[in-house]
Amino acid sequence: MTGLLVAAIAALVALGFGLYRKAIDGRVQVVGSPAAPTLDASRLATGLGSEATFVQFSAEVCAPCRATARVLADVTAGLSGVEHIELDAATRLDLVNELGITRTPTVLLLDGTGAVRNRIVGAPRKTEVLAALEVLTESSDKR
Amino acid sequence: MASQIDPRGPRFGATVTSVVLTLALVAGPKWGLALLVLQAFAFGLGALLGLRYQPYGWVFRRFVRPRLGAPEELEDERPPRFAQSVGLGFALVGILGALFSSDLVFFIAVGFALVAALLNAVFNFCLGCELYLLGRRLFARPAAASSKS
Repeated sequence: MTGLLVAAIAALVALGFGLYRKAIDGRVQVVGSPAAPTLDASRLATGLGSEATFVQFSAEVCAPCRATARVLADVTAGLSGVEHIELDAATRLDLVNELGITRTPTVLLLDGTGAVRNRIVGAPRKTEVLAALEVLTESSDKR
Repeated sequence: MASQIDPRGPRFGATVTSVVLTLALVAGPKWGLALLVLQAFAFGLGALLGLRYQPYGWVFRRFVRPRLGAPEELEDERPPRFAQSVGLGFALVGILGALFSSDLVFFIAVGFALVAALLNAVFNFCLGCELYLLGRRLFARPAAASSKS
């Protein structure tokens, strides 16, 4: 009897958590500008894009990281000022701790100065990525 | 380069695992122990030897995959293999609970394993994405701190 109850609770927990994650995964979050951390080329070991840079944290045991890399490569292809950098989270624990990255894939969208403007946890949705990029490049045009 | 697998294989395996774990829970610590040992054995083969040796994966390749079309894309073996080792951990704790007649430990461990298996089966949830980095952050903190100086 207890077992049946535990199984039912497990099913409810899995369903609730799965639906919750499905709803929030890959949403583009705006990072507040006063608190926004900044990354520069020396810490990333590669040059930043002049307009925007996607910094993707991946892991070898992360299946959606591959799809994420494909989406971002697709988005940045043909855009001259926009770069895509993929980092292995396990070898960059310094950045992971500093930026409070809790799971992979996590994507940070940096503006031309290296300030973190958006954060995407989970596999990104392409339309939202494009919209965030547009907002970012438009605001940098105004400066 | 790690070997590439059909991503539907682990998902099929997670479905079988969910059924086995549910039956183990319903049967309780006494009679469910045998099922849990079988499940731990399946997890262990997948985690330690590779998914090629995971019995549910074998069933998938032998009987299910021939009835399906070719997969849209192949997937790295390492994420589902990591999930197998997490499952093995829960199963071993559950076995210890049953052996030392701690019903509570048995039910909690198998319950968590079932949550993970259901998430994998229903939502294609990536357990490695959640736990791997957490583990690295917990265990590699001294090394990471010293390498920075």
